[in-house]
Amino acid sequence: MTAYLTRHLQVLLASIGQMARNPGATVMTAAAIGVTLALPTLLYLITDNLERASAGFDKGAPVTLFLRKDLDKAGAQALARRLAQRPEVTASRFIDADAALAEFKQRSGLAAALDMLEGNPLPHSVVLDLSADEHTDFASRMLEELEADPDVSLAQSDLQWMRRLRAIVSLAQRGALLLAILLAVAVVVIISNTIRLAIVNRRDEIVIIKLIGGTDAFVRRPFLYSGFLQGLVGAVVAWVLIAGCLYLLGGPVDELSRLYGTEFRLVGLPLRDALLVLLCGGLLGWVASRWAVGRHLSRIEPR
Amino acid sequence: MIRFSQVTKRYPNGHEALKQVSLFIDRQEMVFLIGHSGAGKSTLLKLITRVERSTRGQLIVNERNLTRLPRRQVPYLRREIGVVFQDHKLLNDRTVFDNVALPLVVAGVGHRDTSRRVRAALDKVGLLGKERLFPITLSGGEQQRVGIARAVVNRPPILLADEPTGNLDAELSDEIMDLFGQFNQYGVTVLVATHDRRHIARLGKRVMELSDGSLIQGAEEG
Ligand SMILES: Nc1ncnc2c1ncn2[C@@H]1O[C@H](COP(=O)(O)OP(=O)(O)OP(=O)(O)O)[C@@H](O)[C@H]1O
Ligand SMILES: [Mg+2]
Repeated sequence: MTAYLTRHLQVLLASIGQMARNPGATVMTAAAIGVTLALPTLLYLITDNLERASAGFDKGAPVTLFLRKDLDKAGAQALARRLAQRPEVTASRFIDADAALAEFKQRSGLAAALDMLEGNPLPHSVVLDLSADEHTDFASRMLEELEADPDVSLAQSDLQWMRRLRAIVSLAQRGALLLAILLAVAVVVIISNTIRLAIVNRRDEIVIIKLIGGTDAFVRRPFLYSGFLQGLVGAVVAWVLIAGCLYLLGGPVDELSRLYGTEFRLVGLPLRDALLVLLCGGLLGWVASRWAVGRHLSRIEPR
Repeated sequence: MIRFSQVTKRYPNGHEALKQVSLFIDRQEMVFLIGHSGAGKSTLLKLITRVERSTRGQLIVNERNLTRLPRRQVPYLRREIGVVFQDHKLLNDRTVFDNVALPLVVAGVGHRDTSRRVRAALDKVGLLGKERLFPITLSGGEQQRVGIARAVVNRPPILLADEPTGNLDAELSDEIMDLFGQFNQYGVTVLVATHDRRHIARLGKRVMELSDGSLIQGAEEG
């Protein structure tokens, strides 16, 4: 058993030595694999962060009901009280049309222009907070129902906007997955090609080893290790690239979320996922070399 | 040790390199294989190491039936046969030590044993002290002796050599041939293919002669 382990360790060290002796080729391959692995991982991170951000907005997006223009103040207040009774509604605020106009004048700085209007163009309105734990489907059904109320002329919420964002995020996530699959294939192709070249370059050595009684497993082993190591080193490069990107994005994102008054912060690659990237790199490398070895090694036989 | 029964080898191009060859080489025997160029000497040696497969007939090497030997057993057959090639087949990017150690590394022999046995093998061929050099820096005769050290380092019961002295002058080839004689005295079964009838006279061993793929002399001892 220890002999077995020593033998594997020897091959592993020999493979590392071989990579160290060809720094140029090693760096090139590692960079190509690194970029290829970093791309889908970054896309995944961005969509993941977007999803978390939208989840934060999602809860309790208020619904604004613009009431029929001819509904008087008493009728509107009665409606607000009636809606407040409903279990899904946690709070209901009545906003008087005149108060709304006054606030609008103040906020928009269009006071002079608005003064020229005859009367108040705004209707009374009611703002409802929906209970936070209700599902968005429920909220949108509420919205339709309120819109159907004869006293309500328009029901509006950030909800629709949120749902669109959600749809885009889930599309991007699907895209990230597809991209990851395509680029995984690219990694396999890159590594299997370097392994193929290594096999061709060491053809004489392979023939001699087979002549003196080397088993297929013995001949295969250094190539498998070398593929695995290339994938692993590529994954380390990817990890460094991702960390660099997150560092560069971190400042602007903080600035943005400060401007929007949210607590949102960019979340980097958790250790578990970082290890997953390394594992994927190594695994892809192993699969690639396995493939290359299967295709090219058996053709090399002593003559 | 080696038995051919009615062995025929036809190459894919249709050429019959060996025709119904039957022969027997006993344990610890030393035999010379001669014949004109193209007679089939190399082919016969390649059949023994399973580099080529026989088309018909039965072949038994060290109690293994090669006609029924599965592919995954071939490496273990080859570990029982040391082979010396005319063109040495050394790895030029490895030191003499690493070249000679290769059969032991392949067989998974431990580090300390490897070192000891490589030194012993190099000592036998008179190259102790050159283990750090690269094959390129050695003379043809020295390279051939490295090849011989590699062939015997894991003490195989059978030693094959295909024109091991082809490129060497008379004095060097005598040295090499004497080495084979010594290994035979240690109990190794030796089969040497050669053009050079001079050695045969000198060493006085049994001679098998091939002509156009047929064995015309020395199929069995006596
Ligand atoms: N791979 C091959 N395909 C087809 N024919 C071959 C092949 N190898 C050898 N031959 C033919 O088989 C015959 C025997 O070849 P072999 O190499 O065994 O001869 P040899 O006795 O070793 O000759 P030499 O003394 O020149 O080395 C020759 O005619 C050769 O052309
Ligand atoms: Mg020949």
